Amino acid sequence: MIAAQTLAIARNTFREAVRDRVLYNLVAFAVILIASALLFGEISIGVEKTILINIGLSSISVFGLLIAIFLGIGLVHKEIDKRSLYSLLSKPIHRWQFVVGKFLGLNLTLLVNTLFMSMGLWGALYYLTRSFQPEDVYIWTAIYFILLELFLVTAVCLFFSCFSTPILSAIFTFLIYVVGSAASDVRDFGTLTKNPLLESLTTAIYYLLPNFSDFSVAGAVSHGLPVGSHLILLNTAYAVCYASMLVIAAVWIFSKRDLK
Amino acid sequence: MAAIEISGLRKDYPVGFWRKRPWRALDNLSLCVERGEVFGFLGHNGAGKTTTLKILTGLIFPTAGAATIQGLPIGHPDALRNVGYLPENPYFYDYLTAEELLDYFSRFFPMSPEQRRQRRELVLEQAGLAEFRNVALRKFSKGMLQRIGVAQAVLHNPEIVLLDEPMSGLDPVGRRDVRNLILQLKSEGKTVFFSTHILSDAEAICDRVAILQRGKLVGVGQIAELLQRQSGFEAVIESCPAALLPRLQALASAPVLASGGHHRMELAEENVQGLLSLCATHSIRLISLNPLRFSLEDYFVELLRAGEEARGPAAAKAKAS
Repeated sequence: MIAAQTLAIARNTFREAVRDRVLYNLVAFAVILIASALLFGEISIGVEKTILINIGLSSISVFGLLIAIFLGIGLVHKEIDKRSLYSLLSKPIHRWQFVVGKFLGLNLTLLVNTLFMSMGLWGALYYLTRSFQPEDVYIWTAIYFILLELFLVTAVCLFFSCFSTPILSAIFTFLIYVVGSAASDVRDFGTLTKNPLLESLTTAIYYLLPNFSDFSVAGAVSHGLPVGSHLILLNTAYAVCYASMLVIAAVWIFSKRDLK
Repeated sequence: MAAIEISGLRKDYPVGFWRKRPWRALDNLSLCVERGEVFGFLGHNGAGKTTTLKILTGLIFPTAGAATIQGLPIGHPDALRNVGYLPENPYFYDYLTAEELLDYFSRFFPMSPEQRRQRRELVLEQAGLAEFRNVALRKFSKGMLQRIGVAQAVLHNPEIVLLDEPMSGLDPVGRRDVRNLILQLKSEGKTVFFSTHILSDAEAICDRVAILQRGKLVGVGQIAELLQRQSGFEAVIESCPAALLPRLQALASAPVLASGGHHRMELAEENVQGLLSLCATHSIRLISLNPLRFSLEDYFVELLRAGEEARGPAAAKAKAS
């Protein structure tokens, strides 16, 4: 019963997202951008495919991120603000079911959107090359990494959405994404300064904030380079562990909150 | 076992930006709602009615005290298994249709798909929304939203129904429908606990009422019992000589009014005999003498006024210090 209730919340979250026109605008924009990569390819002699894969994967990642943040920041806050939560939480459910259901629902939305955009990229690639090479399969590894990245971003959004306003949640999530994408650079910068305090600070940031830089393999994949299975395993474990911790923290905060 | 039992419930909200201080929304509330009764929860805005209902449904947590629903402590989902709740000014997912909303909410209860469908059909019919089942809720009027709110509250056939201002925003027909629904629930043996501002509705349908003021319970009991305490009489007599007016006024509990060749007065039961003697002695025709039934509104206003007066000296003292 608990699983069915949680899945009902996830399903409704998915339904809410797919009935939002903004989502369609973003997906359409991403598909147009992927298609326009074909034009970029035509003016780049010899590297059309590399350009297409690079732009395609970047579009999927950026628009996925926009959708994750746009929908994620309002996940909990919107329900509290509009008071739609009152009728739902007065049903015999635990508060954690609501948080987890929302998280699963948004991830389902992102999965469907990402697959849709990926099909666009795959179609554009076929249009350009008229055949697939064995190394093209690594594009799907890059897409899987984008999904893991979005999984993590959703957890960050959900965490902030439990106690902050949508605008602040969006700013916090975006900042964390930017710093997390340059996590290794931040740590290297601290090491270069030779200042013990700064070094400790940047090392703490490196370990505390989610490290998004390891999920970016678009450059390698666009050149047909393989992605090692150990990286797939490590990234999966990292995303699942980190997102789980954030969801647990979100549940803890939300379970103690008065819904005034 | 009582349907709802509240014991020493207190709720403090922190207020202030820098230095948070507690603001007491609910102060040592204790009451008991018996099974099968319609219980009205009255009070002005900010009296603590919604706070109480939200605590019962687990939306907010009490600072102190406890409450049980059918013997189960609040705060655990099991306590809500047999409870239906309509929030104040309800808002539902406006991208769903009426049917989709009810289908969604029915999935939180142990019902088979067929049972879900049957209950959905029944409550849509009861709420008068059957023909709007496929209309998105964003197109619903306030009255229709209130109806779908009541429908979702009774969707799983709960034994206890909590309604927060169910008549709020409804036109007279809508109010009558909700009133009838509450009476129907009562006839089915359900317990209805509802807050309202509309005292005439409470008077018409409640078995018992509780009156809250500034988070404190100032009165509770059966309506008939509460109003009986204040009964009196209204007499209408023919115009009498001006010299007798002071004697009439002495018998009356409110100023004697003269209109259309008649005098109208309100008097306590113990003064009825005096009035009859006066009329007989001076050959004044008594046109009518009727028991005066005070309305719940009179009782309510009097209780609130008494509360304010009691609070007055204390408040003034606190201000001075």
